[in-house]
Amino acid sequence: MTTETQTPADEQTGGQTSGQTTMSIGSYLTHHLRDYGLLFALIVIMVFFQAMTHGTLMRPVNITNLFLQNSYIIIMALGMLIVIVAGHIDLSVGSVMGFIGAFAAVMIVNYDLPVLVTVPAALILGGLIGAAQGYWVAYWKIPSFIVTLAGMLVFRGASLLLLNGQSVGPFPRNFQLLSTGFIPDILPRAATKPLATAVGSFNFNVLAMGVGIILAMAIVYLGMRARARARQYGMEGEPAAFFWVRNIIVIGALLFLTFKLATFRGFPNVLVTMGILIAIYAFVTENTTLGRRIYALGGNVKAAKLSGIKTERLTFFAFVNMGVLAALAGLIFAARLNTATPKAGFGMELDVIAAVFIGGASMSGGVGKIVGAVVGAFIMGVMNNGMSIMGIGIDYQQMIKGLVLLAAVIFDVYNKQKQG
Amino acid sequence: MTPILEMRGITKTFPGVKALDDVSFKVMPGEIHAICGENGAGKSTLMKVLSGVYPHGTYEGEIFYEGEPMAFSGIHDSEARGIIIIHQELALVPLLSIAENIFLGNERASGGVINWHETMQRTQALLRKVGLTEAPGTMVDKIGVGKQQLVEIAKALSKDVKLLILDEPTAALQENDSRKLLDLMLELKAQGVTSIIISHKLNEVRYVADTVTVIRDGRTVGTRDAHAGLSENDIVRDMVGRDMTHRFPDRTPKIGELLLEVADWNVWHPEHKDRKVIEDISFNVRAGEVVGIAGLMGSGRTELAMSIFGQSWGRNISGNVKLRGKPIDVSKVDRAIAAGLSYVTEDRKALGLILDETIKFNTSLARLEAVSKNGILDDMRDTEVAERYRKAMRTRTPGVFQKVSNLSGGNQQKVVLAKWLFTEPEVLILDEPTRGIDVGAKYEIYTIINELAAQGKGVVVISSEMPELLGMCDRIYVMNEGSFVGEMPAAEASQERIMSLIVTE
Repeated sequence: MTTETQTPADEQTGGQTSGQTTMSIGSYLTHHLRDYGLLFALIVIMVFFQAMTHGTLMRPVNITNLFLQNSYIIIMALGMLIVIVAGHIDLSVGSVMGFIGAFAAVMIVNYDLPVLVTVPAALILGGLIGAAQGYWVAYWKIPSFIVTLAGMLVFRGASLLLLNGQSVGPFPRNFQLLSTGFIPDILPRAATKPLATAVGSFNFNVLAMGVGIILAMAIVYLGMRARARARQYGMEGEPAAFFWVRNIIVIGALLFLTFKLATFRGFPNVLVTMGILIAIYAFVTENTTLGRRIYALGGNVKAAKLSGIKTERLTFFAFVNMGVLAALAGLIFAARLNTATPKAGFGMELDVIAAVFIGGASMSGGVGKIVGAVVGAFIMGVMNNGMSIMGIGIDYQQMIKGLVLLAAVIFDVYNKQKQG
Repeated sequence: MTPILEMRGITKTFPGVKALDDVSFKVMPGEIHAICGENGAGKSTLMKVLSGVYPHGTYEGEIFYEGEPMAFSGIHDSEARGIIIIHQELALVPLLSIAENIFLGNERASGGVINWHETMQRTQALLRKVGLTEAPGTMVDKIGVGKQQLVEIAKALSKDVKLLILDEPTAALQENDSRKLLDLMLELKAQGVTSIIISHKLNEVRYVADTVTVIRDGRTVGTRDAHAGLSENDIVRDMVGRDMTHRFPDRTPKIGELLLEVADWNVWHPEHKDRKVIEDISFNVRAGEVVGIAGLMGSGRTELAMSIFGQSWGRNISGNVKLRGKPIDVSKVDRAIAAGLSYVTEDRKALGLILDETIKFNTSLARLEAVSKNGILDDMRDTEVAERYRKAMRTRTPGVFQKVSNLSGGNQQKVVLAKWLFTEPEVLILDEPTRGIDVGAKYEIYTIINELAAQGKGVVVISSEMPELLGMCDRIYVMNEGSFVGEMPAAEASQERIMSLIVTE
């Protein structure tokens, strides 16, 4: 009986495996439509607004602004992705962000405490807020929607209380640097003057451009090495054409953006913070046992638990992590506005959640990528920015953003049904 | 007389499995027709074809009902013709009342406003018909499974049923509830209702059926008259199609030292605090031994296994677990795994697998430490492990990057087994390891179990299929209502002996 079934099975398996390594470009595209579609959508949207704003969108100062404006959304989207992959939601992040901004303002402006004390204290407070909410979700199994809805109301009220309903500011210069500072160039201004003149700008930051080029080279090198290793183990990889087209687009975009930034004032501090965080979170979710366990937890909590995964503790820490990131976002936001207002962060949780879902995460948990969430946030950010430059009213902006979110999720569901 | 129903040449294929292959049979009006076959033989699939769950066009073959060809595109069409199916899994809404459930989707209403008076009155009449005395307003979750089954039948009667199909109606019922249900079937027959009952409890089939059709491996073996001296053995031979000795791979047991000992195990229900579910159970497993736990569904077998495996079920758990004479800590799942235990769940989809993830993802999930260093995954090693186990288990799939949701039941079960074998356990508890998988895959699972025993591991098999326990195990414990009521070497065991232990208790 075994011999009977074994032989044809092995033949079948062998045949299909070899079929897989030479997977056709068409079938590869249909399987990875989501990944490419998202990147493609971002490029289309950027080109569209570049044209509609007569080139304003991609002016160096605006590119810099784009990063500054969206940094706190992206930072929170990293935490939100993990919460959503774990099968939960956090509606409180906007309020927590505002509350932490208020906390920092009261500490620094009202009580004259040093920035170096306030920032760690604010991050720890954010973690505690996350812990307070995560505790009920993880160990008492209270739906996260309800716990964080309560948190949203509580911390909105707490910000008002802390600020006495007034705006508090301004912040000292060193706190503002969190958001509005730039990494200074390694070369003195005089030395880069000829370069700046050559590219027709007032300024040229060699450090930014250099880092951009090194990053681009690193991306290609790491990509090729991973490909070679996969090949060596006979694993199916991306078709070569895709690998190169994707890399050329990514590198092109990277060099283009760093060039734009270099001709303005270089890398904003917050861009560096954001870049490092994105890299860490992408690595943790994709390449560590911790990440693997979070996906397992979101995919099937009971099966994960029966596999020895400490599901409660993981859920708890997903919320603690979210709290810390919301606090960081709150500090950056306050630094950017140079004041803490009771309205800060109002409705921000919805932008963050929308970014994660546009980025391909699933409401039911277990699905979603960090890179997707980041691209999702940029899609929202570019649309906000582009539409504002075009002078489209906030009314239409909201409607358009809502429809884009719906379209992205419909696209996901349609794709999934088609693949069966 | 023309048959009320005739199915001709029905063939239904799923990805990877041919569930039905040219199945034909006839049902005469007014009879009770039994369809028998092993788990996975295709009985339930056949009924889903008949009732339109699998619509016309997704299968080959023809259905004639009351002499006309039928092309049902959904369950609504078949119900409109008076064909009502009651599935294995009850389809009642637990938080609605009996009356609301009976008329769900068929409300007694005018202009969308429910006529409660009529609803209650008609429910009362229907309940009387099926022998229930509950008030029509009782919530369904407040009555037992046996009574829920009767409510389902009342619901069928409310729709002017002509052909009633019961899919394993007594699977979850106690003896006397089963008897009540079967008597009700005979009563309905006297009133002219034709019924099809799907069951592999042969004593029940003999009690109610007029005609028996046996299906094996998706094909009809034949239809027999149940009144012409048909014995259970005749049906078994049709169902199995070969001698018992060939259903299970050969094995010479090499039984060694005492491996796992569980003593004075007591478990209470997690929600009903005053219900003791496991009472004073003690048992042991030796190296190289396959030990079976027999018992009816609901006897507490799964609860016993899960309470031992990291206290995944129950509360106020007490008792001792020893491995090779030394006490081990099994209070959390990860500790139980580390101590050398594995538990392969009976419900692989809900409890065993992350369905949306790949074979690779699932294979290493219970032992990620072995494919990582300092918490960082080694993707190559992960892939190698999955590939190695895929080959060892003969999982039929193009590669380890397949999502497990795309695999057939047998292959999914192999992935679950692979996951647990990779934890390198000393004792494996397999809960219904062959439920819902086809006969060929069953044989392969048995082979794997034998290989594990040959490697000196202890294996505990929980199964509702007694032939499986008799064919695979060295020793069998019999469980009933939360305690062990007997223990015997498999060589001295028989279905009758096990059954009588359960019944006399």
